[in-house]
Amino acid sequence: MSGIGRRLLLLVPTVLGVLTLVFFLVHLIPGDPVEVMLGETASGADLVQLRADLGLDRPLAEQYARFLGGLVRADLGRSFFYRKPVLAVIGAALPATALLAAAALAVALLIALPVGILAAVRRNRLTDRLALVGSLVGVSMPNFWLGPMLIILFSFRLGWLPVSGREGAASLVLPALTLGTALSAILVRMTRASMLDVLGEDYLRTARAKGVGERTVIARHALRNALLPVVTIVGLQFGALLSGAVITENVFAWPGVGTLLIQAITARDYPLVQGCVLVISLCYVAVNFLTDALYAVIDPRVRT
Amino acid sequence: MTRTGRLPLPAVIGALILGAILVLALLAPILSAYRPLQTDLAGALRGPSTGHPFGQDRLGRDVFAQVAFGARASLLISVSVVTLTVLAGVAVGAAAGYLGGAVDAVAMRVVDIFLAFPGILLAIALAGVLGPNLSNLVIALSVMGWVGYARLTRAQVLGLREREYVAAARAVGAGPWRVVARHILPNALSPVIVQATFSAAGVIIAESSLSFLGLGPQDVPTWGGLLAQGAAYLLYAPHIAFFPGLFIMLTVLALNLVGDALRDSLDPKSQP
Repeated sequence: MSGIGRRLLLLVPTVLGVLTLVFFLVHLIPGDPVEVMLGETASGADLVQLRADLGLDRPLAEQYARFLGGLVRADLGRSFFYRKPVLAVIGAALPATALLAAAALAVALLIALPVGILAAVRRNRLTDRLALVGSLVGVSMPNFWLGPMLIILFSFRLGWLPVSGREGAASLVLPALTLGTALSAILVRMTRASMLDVLGEDYLRTARAKGVGERTVIARHALRNALLPVVTIVGLQFGALLSGAVITENVFAWPGVGTLLIQAITARDYPLVQGCVLVISLCYVAVNFLTDALYAVIDPRVRT
Repeated sequence: MTRTGRLPLPAVIGALILGAILVLALLAPILSAYRPLQTDLAGALRGPSTGHPFGQDRLGRDVFAQVAFGARASLLISVSVVTLTVLAGVAVGAAAGYLGGAVDAVAMRVVDIFLAFPGILLAIALAGVLGPNLSNLVIALSVMGWVGYARLTRAQVLGLREREYVAAARAVGAGPWRVVARHILPNALSPVIVQATFSAAGVIIAESSLSFLGLGPQDVPTWGGLLAQGAAYLLYAPHIAFFPGLFIMLTVLALNLVGDALRDSLDPKSQP
């Protein structure tokens, strides 16, 4: 069987596992979830009604079957808070999250690639040391701290950028910088290590011996091979960006799925909580799968 | 790094920072002049002063006292989560690696499913559903954490299982429990210790993220909770958000520095 086909097959238990975990979330609520959702003042009739609406009065196996059946029809239930289908609510927020994650990835690459390459070329010199210290600080900095500090500097002190919300391109800058910093710190290390591996190869010596200039050696010969492992890490980390976006979105009141998830938790809107977790997790699984598949296409050696 | 018997400088810096934060946590009641939840409305949102080196929060509570007591919460949660996840992960990994067969297949399938899930998201959802308190936070953070240790331990055990000294132990009649506990695990633990240091850093970030989102304990001061409060007063009282975040970063940085040094000295293969 081809590599991609086998990976697709392995996806089935993974996706089922994710669905099952999400299904059980609501069943983990301590006490009676319906009472928790409606509050202590709810009447008995309301409780019975909601319990029936959610299907919580049915046996567990039937609830599970209904849950999976609903998914097949793209039905994730209704949000109490928005009084709309869960999927419609999430669908409206998803583009904002995707935009933020993509912008953060762009920020991370724009910082990490030049810095990582420069650090490798000037190994053990000051540039390299600074890059490594910077990347260590970058991974250690929580984004819910970096975000507020950037707001203080760029919004309050300098007045260049808006504090929060999503109005125009300027409002994307600080959230993208906040979310992208940790990833860029990881990528600097990866790019540097990968470049160092390649820089010792014979074919670079050959190129130099043929009289190719140092710039061309780095740009044409080294970089192309060094970027392969970086692509994999970028793919795997993009999934992490989606979940990291939950926190960054809340710092900047960015109207994406992460802000929605925390609103839903606060409002005890459990169908919406389930929906948000499901959508983010499935995106994560899909991105990881695509990374794997893409890697097999780029590098024939990993085809099995 | 050279093996001259001298500790590398970054590791020394990391250990010193960790030591200082540990002292801060242990001596919090002695070091802070105020109780962390003692309000003083007249001093609300006031910046750093001699009486309040880190300033005061929206209810005039001493930020330094809250940071010091917050260190207790963060360290307690981090140590609990790392202990629980190491014990569970090593047990699963050792069983899977040593017994092999169906046990191994099932355990690794489960590990794969957990690895396919974004960890922080599951923790947020679990803490949100279970309700905000200390033990639920530990549960939410532990559910995902054991997976890495299980994989790591399994790989180590697979490598050690066929060694001659293990075969010798079996030959003299040692049972599987004894072989694993006395002969295999002690030699498999170095990478687990390195991993535990790095994940302690990860737990500190995850724990304060959840507290920041309002999903942490509500009755004790936490760095994340204090930072969330500060985020609402960035314009008038930036110190409220600044100090707890600085301590989160210092703790995580210190753990990463120590982890790097441990990895270099315990695992010579990974040296650049």
